[in-house]
Amino acid sequence: MSALLGRDGAAFLGLLALAAVAVVLANQALAPDAALHLPGYLVVLLGKYLCYALLALSIDLIWGFAGILSLGHGAFFALGGYAMGMYLMRQIGSRGVYGNPVLPDFMVFLNWTELPWFWLGFDQFWFAAVMVVVAPGALAFAFGWFAFRSRVTGVYLSIITQALTFALMLAFFRNAMGFGGNNGLTDFKELLGFPLQAEATRAALFVASALALGLGFMLCRALARSRLGLVMVAIRDGESRVRFLGYPVESYKLVLFTLSAAMAGVAGALYVPQAGIINPSEFEPANSIEAVIWVAVGGRGTLIGAALGAILVSALRSWVTGVLPELWLFALGALFVLVTLFMPRGLIGLLAGWSRPRARPAAASVRTAPATAGD
Amino acid sequence: MLRRLGIALLLLLAPLTAAAQAPAEFADLVERLGRSGFAETEQAVQGLGAAGDPRAVKVLEALAAGELYLRRADRKVAIAVAAGDGLALTDAATGEALGQAATREVERIRLNNSLRRAISAALGALTLLSPDPAVRRSAADAVFKSRDPASLGALDEAIAREANARLRRALEEARAAILLTGEADPAAKRAAIATLAARGDRDALALLTAAAAGEGELAAAAAAAAKTIEQSLELWNAGQNLWYGLSLGSVLLLAAIGLAITFGVMGVINMAHGEMVMLGAYTAFVVQEAVQALAPELIGLSVLFALPAAFLVGGLAGIAIEQGVIRWLYGRPLETLLATWGLSLIIQQAVRSIFGPTNRQVVVPSWMAGAIEVGQLQITLSRLAIIVFALITFAALILLVRMTRFGLAMRAVTQNRPMAAAMGIRTPWVDAFTFGLGSGIAGLAGVALSQIDNVSPNLGQSYIIDSFLVVVFGGVGNLWGTLLGALTLGVLNKLIEPVAGAVLGKILVLVAIILFIQRRPRGLFALKGRAVEA
Repeated sequence: MSALLGRDGAAFLGLLALAAVAVVLANQALAPDAALHLPGYLVVLLGKYLCYALLALSIDLIWGFAGILSLGHGAFFALGGYAMGMYLMRQIGSRGVYGNPVLPDFMVFLNWTELPWFWLGFDQFWFAAVMVVVAPGALAFAFGWFAFRSRVTGVYLSIITQALTFALMLAFFRNAMGFGGNNGLTDFKELLGFPLQAEATRAALFVASALALGLGFMLCRALARSRLGLVMVAIRDGESRVRFLGYPVESYKLVLFTLSAAMAGVAGALYVPQAGIINPSEFEPANSIEAVIWVAVGGRGTLIGAALGAILVSALRSWVTGVLPELWLFALGALFVLVTLFMPRGLIGLLAGWSRPRARPAAASVRTAPATAGD
Repeated sequence: MLRRLGIALLLLLAPLTAAAQAPAEFADLVERLGRSGFAETEQAVQGLGAAGDPRAVKVLEALAAGELYLRRADRKVAIAVAAGDGLALTDAATGEALGQAATREVERIRLNNSLRRAISAALGALTLLSPDPAVRRSAADAVFKSRDPASLGALDEAIAREANARLRRALEEARAAILLTGEADPAAKRAAIATLAARGDRDALALLTAAAAGEGELAAAAAAAAKTIEQSLELWNAGQNLWYGLSLGSVLLLAAIGLAITFGVMGVINMAHGEMVMLGAYTAFVVQEAVQALAPELIGLSVLFALPAAFLVGGLAGIAIEQGVIRWLYGRPLETLLATWGLSLIIQQAVRSIFGPTNRQVVVPSWMAGAIEVGQLQITLSRLAIIVFALITFAALILLVRMTRFGLAMRAVTQNRPMAAAMGIRTPWVDAFTFGLGSGIAGLAGVALSQIDNVSPNLGQSYIIDSFLVVVFGGVGNLWGTLLGALTLGVLNKLIEPVAGAVLGKILVLVAIILFIQRRPRGLFALKGRAVEA
């Protein structure tokens, strides 16, 4: 196992497991007035960070290893979230404001009499769980099919992924789309019969998020260390050369992009029950770009760095917006500028540089990657 | 029923009685307004209408508004407006002030429906025959809208007297509207249909559609006329949409043209470009406030002062960004994208902290306000000014790139940097100024946008994605492509919008562009040759 994951990977997983156990114990086993007791809202917050970390992993998989910078990964995250949200809406049943056993409140409000076809099946958890992966995956497959086949690369791809999420945001804002329009989906009651407001459910969701992050990390690490991973890095560093060597570059990219979108969908699905709401603002291009900066802060192409970057930047965000809300955009903007200018390999690169002053050749290739990837 | 008959009778008699009356004294007629009995008042009203004294307009309007009073003490007719506890009186006949009066000292001259009709007919007659062409014009329009049969007599007289051909047509259209909706013989109605069909606007269409509702030959004629109008209106409508599209296209062109320099020519992806536009708009606001404070009489020209100022602000900000951030990231487009996005967040928040999060108003100068009508087209002057301005900016830029030494250096550096450097061109210097030029144009765009959009910290954000799409669609590195791309996207947007709705239209355009980029990944006008892959 550790041969596949590497020492740092095993350390990361161990740390994650330790953190999960510690959080659950501090929340569940300690009395509410104990000094180390972790209140429920913090468990939810940490759970959300873990979902962000999974999203960051999915971005790092394609950006760090295949050189595809997606500025629309928030769209896949949100689609997964909507799939979960639809299941949670159907679980409300007749407890909604209008008491309709089948139709969610917003549909009753819009005078709809029948459930739209795309809402069918979402009363079953297994179906929703499948859709969490399939919906973003299918969109990514269709999008990537067109984009990669016509060799849209570099900043062009980034811009049209941004346009994609922007278009989806506009579409989901429409009431006629049947996803709750402006207000999105909210007022969830329970998941698989467990009330969402209960502390135990929250702790369980946190553990599920940690598990998903761990599994996602193992998957990405395994992919990166496989032959597929080698081809990916080769595509990043010299796409034309790989193509001339006879590799179907488009297929590799497409598989990776779809997989990454599905991971982002899972992250979104775990995020929604903890956040308690999903609305079209999740599709905002700014969200997707912020997710990219998590990866850049942590260290592109390092996986561990991406996850840590997401958690660190999100924690920073929570702290700064709590203390000085005006300052947050300055801080985030400065982060973007400083990281790209002075820390091209992120925090992980910085740490590696301290511990091993002479950079390994492999690390050097990460440095030069963007120069060729974006042309 | 009796009442209706009475009204009809009065209407029939109205021209007769008016004609029978000798041109009585104005003052006498006004005095008669105050005598008891509706019939007496009505005769006086008709008399005023027939006498054609322009002073009567004010009196009749006051009467219609219920502001005409009778002073109990001396039975004098007075126009009264509320003042303090009581009323301020003005002699209706002479216009002299009569001082204050308590409400119980006066009595309002009461109205009934028949009297109201008589007033509007008399007013119509007075204004239709007014010596002032503008008054006649608005009177004709008012009659067209009210379609009051009582105005018919005055209309006929006005048509006979009218020398101005356009005005006569307006009067005839008003007459046709009355005839078509009221009682008239079929020949007159048919003539009315022809007149209205010639007018050919939405009001005429409404009248004709109403007339087409019945059975018979006349209804068929009206239906045919309505159909013709509908078809021509559809054409005008398409023209109007085309105009809106051109207007949107010129806005996109202004926002994208600077990007075409920085992204298209230099290959630097600047996500803070929208913020340069926003800075330009705020410069317009600051200049306006400064002009307001220092030289209020020049406020109409503040937009013109703002243009060079915004160019400087945008350009200097651009050079600062290039020197501070972008030049360290040349050859790493994805990193440049992220760093400039961060800059855009900082600039937005800085502007929000300084100017506040709310919208700021930049006043449209009076010479740019208003609209002109061409046929059925509404051409807003500010939009027209922006189209002209966008085209001038574009032409100036083309000339700069093609004709000047700086343009030559710019093209040399972008085509082959090492060779240009070897020829003695200072490439870092050219980079900085090229970027400054693109950003300065963004500042100009901001001034233009401040005239038609809200000036808020988010102004740039709403244009940045569109601008990138324009540049990518038009073909990177090609200014003509940007022009065509902007206009195409603008027109496409506005032509789809009425069919699919604003939001869906935007989505469709986005999807269309995404599909288009699949077909031609390098835009409409792709650069050819080896330089593309370099």
